[in-house]
Amino acid sequence: MMFAVAAAALLVALALVVARALAGPTVFDRLQAANTTGTLALMLLAVIGFLTGRPEFLDLAITYGLLNLVATMAVLKFFRFGDLGTPGEGS
Amino acid sequence: MSAVLDAASWVLLVAGGFFCVVGAIGMLRMPDFYTRVHSASVLDTLGAGLILLGLLLQADDPFVAVRLVIIGLLLFFVSPTATHALARAALIRGLAPLLGARPSKRS
Repeated sequence: MMFAVAAAALLVALALVVARALAGPTVFDRLQAANTTGTLALMLLAVIGFLTGRPEFLDLAITYGLLNLVATMAVLKFFRFGDLGTPGEGS
Repeated sequence: MSAVLDAASWVLLVAGGFFCVVGAIGMLRMPDFYTRVHSASVLDTLGAGLILLGLLLQADDPFVAVRLVIIGLLLFFVSPTATHALARAALIRGLAPLLGARPSKRS
């Protein structure tokens, strides 16, 4: 029951964040919303794993979190430099 | 003991869900990209952390608990990094923060 409550709250938050991703005026708003969507999907995977009594879902959640960071960084680099092959800012 | 754990887990899960919804409402309602980043960080740290703690109290298998701790550490380090990179990219790209006098009436 407690897992169902947490999953419902996560679904409501997911709907609101997806609305921001659709409405976001700048590309950074959409990127932030996509990143948050990834975090919420990770949490939802973990909660659903407990809800259905199958904690193997946690492995999927770990993979999802790692992919989320890589995807955000790649899209961010593309929008900052216009190319994925540039070496970066330098320092 | 089990009842105490269940009660603590209830409190943590409901608080985490509350902060998740509050952060999402903030992301929808805040006026500016940078303020939206602020409310998204509430969701990323407090909401996710409390829900993970609540799940951790219900884990009876030690391997499940270890996986939950790994997810928590991952979120703890990764989401501030991504948020920092996003805000820095927006600032370098020239997205101006909303500054100046507050409008007297906001809808």
